Amino acid sequence: MARTVTTNRKIINTAAAWTIGLLIFFPILWTILTSFKSEATAIADPPVFLFFDWSLENYRVVLERSDYGRFLLNSVIIAGGSIILGIIVAVPAAWSMAFVPGKYTKDILLWMLSTKMLPAVGVLYPIYLIFIKMGLLDSRIGLTVILMLINLPIIVWMLYTYFREIPGEILEAARMDGATLREEIVYVLTPMAVPGIASTLLLNFILAWNEAFWTLNLTAAKAAPLTAFIASYSSPEGLFYAKLSAASTMAIAPILILGWFSQKQLVRGLTFGAVK
Amino acid sequence: MRLKAPLTMASMVALATAGFAQAETTLTIATVNNGDMIRMQGLAEDFTSKNPDIKLEWVTLEENVLRQRVTQDIAAKGGQFDVMTIGTYEVPIWGAQNWLVSLNDLPAEWDADDILPAIRGGLTIDGELYAAPFYGESSMVMYRRDLMEAAGLEMPDEPTWADIEKAAAAMNDKENEVYGICLRGKAGWGENMAFLTAMANSFGGRWFDEDWKAQFDSPEWKTTLDTYMNLMNNYGPPGASTNGFNENLSLFQQGKCGMWIDATVAASFVTNPEDSTVADKVGFALAADNGLGKRGNWLWAWSLGIPAGSDATEEAKKFIAWATSKEYTALVAASEGWANVPPGTRTSLYENPEYQKVPFAEMTLRSINSADPNEPTVDPVPYTGVQFVAIPEFAGIATQVGQEFSAALAGQQSVDEALAKAQALTTDEMEAAGY
Amino acid sequence: MATHQSRSAARLMMAPAVVLLLGWMLVPLSMTLYFSFKKYLPLRGGDLGWVGLENYTRFVTSSAFWPSVQATLVIVGAVLVITIVLGILLAMLLDQPMWGQGIVRILVIAPFFVMPTVSALVWKNMFMDPVNGLFAHLWQFFGLAPIEWLSQASMTSIIMIVSWQWLPFATLILLTAIQSLDGEQMEAAEMDGAPALSKFFHLVLPHMARAITIVVLIQMIFLLSIFAEIFVTTQGSFGTRTLTYLIYQRVLESQNVGLGSAGGIFAVILANIIAIFLMRIVGKNLDA
Repeated sequence: MARTVTTNRKIINTAAAWTIGLLIFFPILWTILTSFKSEATAIADPPVFLFFDWSLENYRVVLERSDYGRFLLNSVIIAGGSIILGIIVAVPAAWSMAFVPGKYTKDILLWMLSTKMLPAVGVLYPIYLIFIKMGLLDSRIGLTVILMLINLPIIVWMLYTYFREIPGEILEAARMDGATLREEIVYVLTPMAVPGIASTLLLNFILAWNEAFWTLNLTAAKAAPLTAFIASYSSPEGLFYAKLSAASTMAIAPILILGWFSQKQLVRGLTFGAVK
Repeated sequence: MRLKAPLTMASMVALATAGFAQAETTLTIATVNNGDMIRMQGLAEDFTSKNPDIKLEWVTLEENVLRQRVTQDIAAKGGQFDVMTIGTYEVPIWGAQNWLVSLNDLPAEWDADDILPAIRGGLTIDGELYAAPFYGESSMVMYRRDLMEAAGLEMPDEPTWADIEKAAAAMNDKENEVYGICLRGKAGWGENMAFLTAMANSFGGRWFDEDWKAQFDSPEWKTTLDTYMNLMNNYGPPGASTNGFNENLSLFQQGKCGMWIDATVAASFVTNPEDSTVADKVGFALAADNGLGKRGNWLWAWSLGIPAGSDATEEAKKFIAWATSKEYTALVAASEGWANVPPGTRTSLYENPEYQKVPFAEMTLRSINSADPNEPTVDPVPYTGVQFVAIPEFAGIATQVGQEFSAALAGQQSVDEALAKAQALTTDEMEAAGY
Repeated sequence: MATHQSRSAARLMMAPAVVLLLGWMLVPLSMTLYFSFKKYLPLRGGDLGWVGLENYTRFVTSSAFWPSVQATLVIVGAVLVITIVLGILLAMLLDQPMWGQGIVRILVIAPFFVMPTVSALVWKNMFMDPVNGLFAHLWQFFGLAPIEWLSQASMTSIIMIVSWQWLPFATLILLTAIQSLDGEQMEAAEMDGAPALSKFFHLVLPHMARAITIVVLIQMIFLLSIFAEIFVTTQGSFGTRTLTYLIYQRVLESQNVGLGSAGGIFAVILANIIAIFLMRIVGKNLDA
């Protein structure tokens, strides 16, 4: 960067940015800290920040009470399955929109996005009835499909913007060499699209992981993911801040870690490739 | 993709477990995350060791989410659960629709005649018992004996609302974060409306007259709300309009309430030295009255029922018979002490000399026995239910009314405005429902 | 360049996605439409016959309808304004040279990963609780009476929680936009001695227009349907009942599927009105 700044200026910047960053992060930090406290310390007045008896007791209680592993597994399978299904459906669609755009391509894209605006509550009853008929209630498959459908517009759109950045000449060249459509996609397009697909997968994995309406309403025991796990720790009788914090930490930790490790792809993913 | 490896492994594990599960029957049990229910989960090994062919799957949810889930499931006939945790409100409505399996044929040693008559009556429709009570509760006054003593007052066993106000005023010490009285303010038919409906009963109020006309424009409701607002505004904790059972429990346990009128089951929590800072200082009294012959206490039983259409009815009955048996009570007593057994369901429990030593046992029984769901009000009404009206529309209406009252408590509208809105919306909804 | 053959191949490839989404939209929607003309009360035996437009008139004339539309718009609007304004400021700060920029960015983005249910629970209990919440302690420390957040400042509270969740998203996108701003252009402007403010309005802001559009579009989609944040905190009381929540109350709490379905249709109409406006703007902006 060509701009020069004084050290003073840099110190001020650093101080300001760190303060704000910590402030924004604080609720999460506080939750994590509280998860190591006793219930009494969790509501101590004045609040205790770091100097308390650190204990894993809350985690022990939570693990003993709930089958965390199963909730986690369900979350991974459902969120993971939904993005994989989504990619399988979306890649061809995005490919054709990007490379063989028609008159209505943009309208179709916008229409797809608009389906995301349907209020879930309004269609809960119909979906519930359909799920009963098809025996899909409390099944991972049913939920995977629903989450795939919910995120499909975003997946298509993201892939579309990535694909559009791939220069058409390369495809032309491949075609000249006699590549079939399938080969074109598998050998030419896919390698170039991997970064885009990766960040699409990532963002939609997070969205699917955090989805709390359908996952709660369409599951009971077998397919219940972490969103249902959390629902058993909110406002029970008596003091519960510490246990709630432990359960919360366990519910968000996997995605937090995944998100942090793949921050760069995520930024790209979030912007739909439209901001560079 | 990095994700793939764990995924395939995960699905292999899932397949493997599915293979093992073939031989046994799985019961899916929907329950609320209350302490007693969590304890039951912990002790369920006793049941599964006796019934190795039955596997239990727990769906433990927060109360509001639980209600939403089981109501949706039973109304749409989803059949996701084999055992549901439901209350005295749901049982008569669902039972009348034949949505629940009759439990009249539970084994003789389960001893249906031992169930407290008031509780059993609330779960029986046309002679069929549709749910087995896991624990029963009424409401009563829990107060701080040390604070009352310091104020030179004594709480009568059967206080009037005037006694309550006097005590609240005397114990109130906002400087030190001790509030004279804690009551429910959080909107919801099972939250503030449970308390206020029961309170209104003691003031001679009622939800509907015999022609199903809403009664919020009556002077009785006005007096009820005025008394409530006066207590809460002068002696209540901050944020009372978002306090429900749990919030108040936690306040009381921290020693921040002089008095709390709520569910009798709370007694075992506030006297438990592990969680409560005031465990040895709590006294109990019946809920207040106004000399009109009805007290402001309710009647509720968290019960276990089997939805019609469950494919494991026999196994579910076995489980329910275990969870609501005398043996289960003994099991809890042996591992956790008598104070922690699920209260309020069996006569034999209250005749047990061990249990009579528990400080709140007598007052709990008296409270339960003094509630009458079949004649809840001073003036006659066409409905049953003490703190609720056993019609399907009630939950929706009462939650909206509760929101109006909660907004009044928060100071966003006056009592008169809240009552007028309550009257209008209740009339509207009842018309829509075809009354 | 596209041959006839590749065109039809393209259509074929698009088909699964289009058909799936069409089904996802039409099947539930037509069922909702069907229910909306019926008196359908599951707790009273289910289908009680056709009632024409009664559900619609009842839904619109109920005293809760307009306030709920208003609450929806207020929440969406306020969160958009807050996240965009703060997001721009924060993005500009993060763009400055500093030590540990990577870590700060990680801190800032974290709330985006938190489940809405969890963040609502944490805010409600551990921060906004008027007795045990951190805010209450903070207020008392300064000798002030604690605010009863969720009742006295209910809307503000919900907006705060939702803004906290979406600020990272806005910041990140806007930061990426700022970083791509041509350094030379900025330098030229600096040489000209252009004042900071005019630099911002004439150079930075226009450059970010596209990014802002994306933020508005994506957030709008998610904000119109926020549910968990209200369900966990106020349950729709104290004026925080959005259209989504009102429908939830009708369908699930009152188990009046007909009435709720009519409400659902209204929500679809509202969403589409907003969508049309939005799409117009976005469609223009995105293609550039």
